[in-house]
Amino acid sequence: MTMTKVDQIVDARGLACPMPIVKTAQAMKGLASSQMLEVLATDAGSVRDFQAWSRSTGNVLIEMTEEAGTYRFLLQKK
Amino acid sequence: MDEPLNLVLFSGTDDKLNAAAVLTAGAAALGRPVNVFLQYWALQAFRADHIDADHGLAPEAGTAGRTAVDALRAAGQASWAETLRQAKELGGVDIEACSLSMDLLHIEQADLDPLVDGVEGVTAFFISAGAGPVVFI
Repeated sequence: MTMTKVDQIVDARGLACPMPIVKTAQAMKGLASSQMLEVLATDAGSVRDFQAWSRSTGNVLIEMTEEAGTYRFLLQKK
Repeated sequence: MDEPLNLVLFSGTDDKLNAAAVLTAGAAALGRPVNVFLQYWALQAFRADHIDADHGLAPEAGTAGRTAVDALRAAGQASWAETLRQAKELGGVDIEACSLSMDLLHIEQADLDPLVDGVEGVTAFFISAGAGPVVFI
């Protein structure tokens, strides 16, 4: 666990594809540039989805960890 | 700017509508515009009075498919209509009813769920589609 300041958390645990990304995209709209968003998900497909989404949208995937089936993504708004 | 993703929805069963809703939401999350054109049985499924009803599954689903889809629902996963609502919140998603299908099925715009933005003909759909792919579901 890093000590990075997180501005908002999206808890998408238990949600099926594509909802983790949809909720993330919705939350990102409300953040200012360089603010940090943490997303929790249990959908295994979300690993590839978050990598692709961050590449395509320019929001930076700072960190990605997995613990006991829960994925944690730390994103910085571009 | 990305070319839009263009979906022509023909089938009105919940599995196909769900597949279409997932494609729509995924594209919208990437900021890609999506045009959805509703024809025939898909249009029927968007009637306000039964959008949340059970619309059945494609024949190949069989009983095992039915069980799998029921389990998703029981687990609280979003319905296709809810997925489309979330996708529309992201912006860039336009859902239009095919005017010919409206006549054929005797549907007025007031009969449709507010997810539907309007009624148009196939020419208007193709103009909106631009050079983006057109997917028929």
